Amino acid sequence: MSERRWVDDSLFVDPSETTSPTLAGARCPRCSTTTFPYQSGCPRCGGDAAERIALPTTGTLWSFTVQYFAPKSPYRGFEPFEPYGVGYVDLGDVCVEARLTVNDPAALALGMPMELVTLPAFAEGDVRVDTFAFAPQEVTA
Amino acid sequence: MSSDVAIVGIGIHPFGRTEGVSGRAQGAFAARQALADAGVEWSDIQFTYGGSHSAGDPDSLVSDLGLTGAPFINVHNGCGTGGSALISARSALMSGQYDLGMVVGFDKHPRGAFNTDPASLGIGEWYGQTGMMVTTQFFAQKIVRYMAEHGIGHETLAAVAEKSFALGALNPNAWRRKALTAQEILDAPMVNHPLTQYMFCSPGEGGIALVLARGEVAHRYTSTPVYLRSAEFRSRRFGSFEVFSPWTTPETLTGPTSDAAAAAFESAGIGPEDIDLAQIQDTESGAEIMHMAETGLCAHGEQEKLIAEGQTRPDGRLPINTDGGVIANGEPIGATGLRQVYETVMQLRGNAGQRQVPGAPRTGFTHVYGAPGISACTVLSR
Ligand SMILES: [Zn+2]
Repeated sequence: MSERRWVDDSLFVDPSETTSPTLAGARCPRCSTTTFPYQSGCPRCGGDAAERIALPTTGTLWSFTVQYFAPKSPYRGFEPFEPYGVGYVDLGDVCVEARLTVNDPAALALGMPMELVTLPAFAEGDVRVDTFAFAPQEVTA
Repeated sequence: MSSDVAIVGIGIHPFGRTEGVSGRAQGAFAARQALADAGVEWSDIQFTYGGSHSAGDPDSLVSDLGLTGAPFINVHNGCGTGGSALISARSALMSGQYDLGMVVGFDKHPRGAFNTDPASLGIGEWYGQTGMMVTTQFFAQKIVRYMAEHGIGHETLAAVAEKSFALGALNPNAWRRKALTAQEILDAPMVNHPLTQYMFCSPGEGGIALVLARGEVAHRYTSTPVYLRSAEFRSRRFGSFEVFSPWTTPETLTGPTSDAAAAAFESAGIGPEDIDLAQIQDTESGAEIMHMAETGLCAHGEQEKLIAEGQTRPDGRLPINTDGGVIANGEPIGATGLRQVYETVMQLRGNAGQRQVPGAPRTGFTHVYGAPGISACTVLSR
């Protein structure tokens, strides 16, 4: 598989950056509310001029689960189905829901440090479709 | 209570899987039973609100029940369908425009988890393609946080489902009629950590109809009217944690359940401490635990003790989901909220058989929660 693409370019600040991506969120200039993915409307104050911002690439695990059965369409994954982790990661001003690279609940704990990575989500012919995910942060001494 | 609205007739088509019987036919079955219960004819019904999510247009029931010319309004409002129909009918009666109306809800869903198109909720295709458009993941993540915050153990999740199946076994109209032990529930295949297969409800089938009258004329139809003291519907406000959310706020500030419940208690003038039994949304066993406190029926963190002591069983201090809830009855969207009202009427009339709450209960509470962050609550009394 030689080619790749993002599942949705609009999720990223710079979709051409394929190894160290940054998620694109929205911040309301009126009330500072941060949302993801980008939307112009503010769910808190009703403003309609949110700025596109780069979200932090590290945070802490806010909650998680493991998906043990293959969801129905429009889910697209690899065969055979492997259970996968899903969680919310607290990035300070907003929690973002994401696939997790870990699918063992015993290896996940609320509050653990997480970092943004890329994850192959499914294949479309010869094209690998990547999405964003969070992984437990490597501890560097 | 003369300004209130009374439920004077109830009907049900058994929940579960009924091969060869359409959702519409189940709705018509329930409607005829409710009419007979109220001692009236379809031609006496001055208006109807009907709801179904995926079993056809409710107003097509008139071709089965009779072409009377009375208005029949379809309600299509997701998990709030039954509650919305009930609220609309209540307003129509309270306005004085009508004396007698019907609310009917039915559904028939395919097997397996509900399947929702992200685009219908304004979410990008990526969310579904990457496997996050799954209702059960939301409840799992909400209970993971809740269990950590309030020190609730896995055995309490199992105890809730054990009660649901035990009560389903006592309810002739329930889908799941076999009692299961807590160990069997814990040992079942995991669906979404920490929730196993037997802790979740499944989409199903069923029908419910209610005949409603203005309180002033209720005694024309029944000697045992049950009054709908309030019915309130709320959507989510900023800072609530909801199903199908690509993002949420780090601090959960509020939720539609607590908003709708508080409004229902206030407008009824009856508080949670005065409630004799409650039917609350138990999409999975964690939801029953969380909703007990969100509705105000108990304090956050108090649930584990109440459940362990058996206080949420029919003979306990706070009977919850006395008909087995959606875990034992399944969730036909159009009918599920109305089933809670049906069960409350059965209990307040003293007709609930082996699952009857003792001591002639006078008050009941119902609560539904659903996507994309809505809740409908009612307070009922004899
Ligand atoms: Zn704003």
